[in-house]
Amino acid sequence: MMADSMFVSILSAAVSSGTPVLYAALGELVCERSGVLNLGVEGMMLVGAVSGFLTAVRTGSLAAGVLAAIIAGGCMGLIHAFMTITLRVNQVVSGLALTLFGTGLSGYLGKSVIGVPLSATFHQVPIPGLSSIPVIGTVLFKHDLLVYLTYIVVPFLWFYLYRTRPGLHLRSVGESPETADALGVNVFSIRYASAVAGGMLAGLGGAYLSLAYAPSWLENMTAGRGWIAVALVIFAVWDPFRAMLGAYLFGGIDALGFRMQVMGSGVSSFFLKMMPYVFTIVVLIIVTATAARRSSRAPEALGTPYERE
Amino acid sequence: MNALKLVFEKREAVSPAYKFISPLLAIVMSLVLGAIFLLASGFSPLKVYYYMWWGAFSDWYGISETLVTSIPIMLCALGVALAAKMLLWNVGAEGQFHMGACAAAWVALSMPGAPAWQVLPLMVLAGMAAGALWALLPAVPRAYLGVNEIITTLLLNYVAIYWVEYLVHGPWRDPVSLNFPLSAPFSDAARLPFLFGTRIHWGLVFALAAAALIWFVLGRTKWGYEVTVIGENPRAARYAGMNIERNIVLSMCIAGALAGLGGMAEISAIAGRMTRQLSPGYGYSAIIVAWLGKLNPWAVALVSVLFGGLLVGGYSAQVIGVTAASVNMLQGLMLFCVLATEALGRYRVRIVREVARAGKEVGVDG
Repeated sequence: MMADSMFVSILSAAVSSGTPVLYAALGELVCERSGVLNLGVEGMMLVGAVSGFLTAVRTGSLAAGVLAAIIAGGCMGLIHAFMTITLRVNQVVSGLALTLFGTGLSGYLGKSVIGVPLSATFHQVPIPGLSSIPVIGTVLFKHDLLVYLTYIVVPFLWFYLYRTRPGLHLRSVGESPETADALGVNVFSIRYASAVAGGMLAGLGGAYLSLAYAPSWLENMTAGRGWIAVALVIFAVWDPFRAMLGAYLFGGIDALGFRMQVMGSGVSSFFLKMMPYVFTIVVLIIVTATAARRSSRAPEALGTPYERE
Repeated sequence: MNALKLVFEKREAVSPAYKFISPLLAIVMSLVLGAIFLLASGFSPLKVYYYMWWGAFSDWYGISETLVTSIPIMLCALGVALAAKMLLWNVGAEGQFHMGACAAAWVALSMPGAPAWQVLPLMVLAGMAAGALWALLPAVPRAYLGVNEIITTLLLNYVAIYWVEYLVHGPWRDPVSLNFPLSAPFSDAARLPFLFGTRIHWGLVFALAAAALIWFVLGRTKWGYEVTVIGENPRAARYAGMNIERNIVLSMCIAGALAGLGGMAEISAIAGRMTRQLSPGYGYSAIIVAWLGKLNPWAVALVSVLFGGLLVGGYSAQVIGVTAASVNMLQGLMLFCVLATEALGRYRVRIVREVARAGKEVGVDG
């Protein structure tokens, strides 16, 4: 019974720890589906986290904080869109620049609120009925509102991408922009919209960290989660549901390490902190090595700028 | 009903004058953008920039400190640039730098009584080997399985930094360090000598030698030719019988070895003991430096000095309350501006006034 409840609490922690990565991965997924690779996720998350936290501290409103994070993330996405879609700059370098700029900018903006507590934070809102289901209730339905939001966003995104006309257009722009353009789809506006939407979701992921998961601001508080999100998109073969699975897997490793640290397992806490990174690298290698045998693959035009002849 | 619209038209060729001016233009642009951020947070940009310039370049002490700071950046950036020649993104210089420092520290700490001529060469070798090994980990999956090296090299940075944290909090902690996470200090023999009575050390000689060597190898040897061809046209290289996989592994390992050497030089000459505050992000600055220097080793060396100055200037600007993070922000802005000016060189920007009814286009060259 004791071991059982610990197992459940780790699974529940996996969901909350996986949620910020999930938001960022969903954003990157949309962006990459339209053919734009954005390696600036880490920077967008950080700017989202700091904007959300600053706004929540100043206004005392969590909703305003979340909104600010979404807007800030969207602005970061817009920078990447302008650089790569309008100026047709190398997407890899522009993304790296976005991460470096976002890291610096967030550190610069957040200096005044390091160690400042938040008057209100997101707290658990158990869903009546569902939360009393054994195991699943605790794991999935005893969280805060931002976690529940992913339960809506993931299926919505899947439906949008695979079952609607605008979703089809978005995917076609990522697969073959020439064909899409010839059929009258506006490649530029779809790519712009996807890059901005990707930034908004990454910003929201950042806000989840600074407002709900660990309510505070610390320089570089994302600690590589943006990069793990980029890796997750590859793991997920660009499918929202698989991204959700991957995010919870990452969250599980993270939660397990944290639990072992607290219980005093004898393993140095620094090794436990390495685990999510090592795990992500190993998974990325396995997934890439076996990708050739699977039918799903990256969007055909991923990473290549589109130029009308 | 006039709507202004920006139109980008492709130029036939980038003018040579623009190629020369564009990096300068990028720096000016980023300073202007940085000024906007500084103004928005209540600083006088002129005052901040003056303090930065004054701290980094106004006297010999400032210049020597700028050079000291440029050494680790230069070594990391030369490696990043070499790998980038083959379209490999080594975002892991930060981790390779730390692993190099670790290995060098291990040699220094385990040979406390040895003379300098024994311990220093071993530290150099250990530092380079550890850096190369740390780059080998992502290089092999990249070469043989096509695993994205950007993500793996970056994630390994976190692993390397936690490894350093583990060492200084655990097995290497100096019992007399009052619980600070520091190792015991190195013996004098394990300290890389300073030059010219300043803190400039032999690392600068290593870095300049590396720049010369890379310049020579890329321009004058068969291997350098292979690297260039693989970077420009992998398919042609494959047809010509070049071993792309082996070259990927090799160039990544050289990049790692250079970053590792940077870590060795920094810990041996400057820190003198293992600490967790070895680098304010030299390995990340290196990416920007490599790009700003257009992957040319001499240009990379020159830009490294500029970035050394930026960091040193950043420290002196802290006197008037500007945080160190503002320098990181400025570096990021610089990379954006470089990319933008490069792109603008390729396109002619025109402001087109779309007259709704007549459909006339009035172009203004910009």
